[in-house]
This record gives sequence, C-alpha cells and structure tokens, in this order.
Amino acid sequence: MTGQDFPELGPFATMSGAEMDLSRLRLRLVAEAEREGLLDVVYRTVDAPVGRLLLAATRRGLVRVAYEVEGHDTVLATLAERISPRILKAGGRLDTVARQLDDYFSRVRSGFEVDLDLRLASRFRLTVLEHLREIPYGSTASYAAVAALAGSPRAVRAVGTACATNPLPIVVPCHRVVRSDGGIGRYVGGDDAKRALLRLEGAV
Amino acid sequence: MGREPFEVVVERYGPMVLRVCWAVVGPTLAEDAWSETFLAALRAYPELPPGSNVEAWLVTIARNKAIDQLRAQSRRPVPTERLPEPIRWEEHDVGLDLWNALKRLPRKQRETVAYHYLAGLPYTEVARLLGGNPASARRAGADGIASLRSMLAPSVQEKGPR
Repeated sequence: MTGQDFPELGPFATMSGAEMDLSRLRLRLVAEAEREGLLDVVYRTVDAPVGRLLLAATRRGLVRVAYEVEGHDTVLATLAERISPRILKAGGRLDTVARQLDDYFSRVRSGFEVDLDLRLASRFRLTVLEHLREIPYGSTASYAAVAALAGSPRAVRAVGTACATNPLPIVVPCHRVVRSDGGIGRYVGGDDAKRALLRLEGAV
Repeated sequence: MGREPFEVVVERYGPMVLRVCWAVVGPTLAEDAWSETFLAALRAYPELPPGSNVEAWLVTIARNKAIDQLRAQSRRPVPTERLPEPIRWEEHDVGLDLWNALKRLPRKQRETVAYHYLAGLPYTEVARLLGGNPASARRAGADGIASLRSMLAPSVQEKGPR
C-alpha cells in the first residue's frame, strides 16, 4: 500500500512516485545482519546452461541448490519454514560455490570444495547422499549399486526417492545415478538437465 | 502457513518504511532509521505470530527507531561529521520543500500524515500508535494535510482543484 491509494494526497503525489535508491540500504542491512548473527539463510541465483539455479546457504554451508522447475519462491518458502524465516538475498557466503559452478560448467572443475549443510536430508536419504559423492565425475552408477553402497541392497526405490529429494543437486551428484537397464532415470531438474550434465561430464 | 522469507518483507515494505522514516526524521536521518528498523524487525521476525499485520508491526518499529534518532539528534545539536548522503529523490527540490514544510507541523500531525498517508495505515491503527481515538487522529491528519497544502502551494504547481 502506498500513497497512490490516497488520491486526495495533494502534495505527496510527487513523493509517492519518487524513485528511492534502496539498494545501498539493503547492502547495509545484509552487512549489519551478518555482523549481528541474524542472517540465518542467504540466497542468490546463478545462470547456468541448465537454467537459472537458486543457491542458498546457512552459516554451516550450502544448504540448497534448486532448479527453476522446482519454483524458486516455493523453495524459499520451504526454507523459511524448515530452517528460519531470517532469509535475505546476498552474495557473500555463496560467491565461492557460484564460481565453482561456473568452472564446473566450463569443464575446468570436476568436483566441489565447499562446506555443505545437509540438514534438509535425514536418515537413509542422508546416507544415500553421502555415498553419491563417491561416484566419480564422468561415470554413472545404477540405483541398485547405490543401494548396495548405502548398505541396503534392497532399498532401490528408497535410493530413487533420496535422489528425487536431493536438496543439493549438481553439487551432490544424483545425476550420476541411472537405471540398470540403461535408461537415464528421472531427475529433480528434469530429464533434459540430467542428460546435459552427463553429456558435459562425458558420461553419455 | 508459515512466515514468508524476510527478503519478501524488505521488498514489499522497504519503500514505505523509508517514506515514513523520511517524514518523521527528515532526509538526513531517514537512512539510519530505516536500517535500525529492518535490523530490529529481522531480529524479532521469527517470533512474530503468523497472520500478524506486518505493515502495522513495521510502522510501530519504525516509529520507535525514528524517535530514537530524533532524541539522539537533540543530544548532539550540531551534526557535523559523517552526514549520510541524502536519498536521491526523483524530484529532489520538491522533496526538500516537503520536508521543510513537514518539520513545521506539530509532531502529532506530522506523524499522523506519515502513518496514514505514507504508510497507508487506517486511522484506527494510527490512533493505537499515537494514543487518542480515531476521530482525533483523523482531525490531525486532515489539519496536517491542509497546512502542508497551504505551505507548499506557492512552490508546487497544482494540476487543478481536487
């Protein structure tokens, strides 16, 4: 609601249309919030060959990578609910991973060296994610093989669910898990994104 | 339904809070008041009950921070060093004229104009903030706007009778 809702405003007509430069104030807010320990989650987006990615980090590390098809607003709302509503858009914490993603898509880098916050995954799904990181760049593993790695060879479907709900796609390489029959399998970012990543890595 | 990310609050209400701070403390202190307001709001945000009137909540915080700024300013009557750059208003001269007129209003009128006309709070909310009843808030708002009109009449060309 602004002054524009009050047509009788008279002298304020010019003021409500005034362009205010809030960007400097927002930077200051981020800096002060960080100093006061109030910045529970920061996020930014990066443009990648697989579309625009949302990156979010807590003080512990990278907590979420989200594809556009997941709905970035929905993802942020979920982070507000599950972690903290103290969420601001800011670079800082995320600059390193943004640079590493850039290098990954330029084939300069094959892995990620950033702190991860895996709090959005629990129990068996967390175990699966930890084993996904053992599949080397440029290779693939079947859902059944990952289930065996995770110590539950019969939990093939649960591995599929763990991959589908991976909070950190690309960085935790669930795209390297494919079907035993040679099919590519499904992917949180869509089949095309999965194929693009495997092609980038030279795995297909 | 949970709370929205705080970024949404800043995006949606940032300009309104800046206008309110500007009208209560003036261009020089407005940015400090804005920053203090959103920092305090961020701190308290997780405890804000879901379904609260976020706008009225922010204006309440902004009012407290603005009054803090005014008190601090009166303790240091000559603000010398580190004057923050003023906000770039599209019509900067009109903005300054407006502030010069606003600061001549009695404080209740000035605050009422800020909370009702700039923040868009209904008079019942304004009365809750300033004390008194909605009718007296309405009178203060009308008197404030009338004074502003007469003070600004020579410098702001009116597009016709309203």
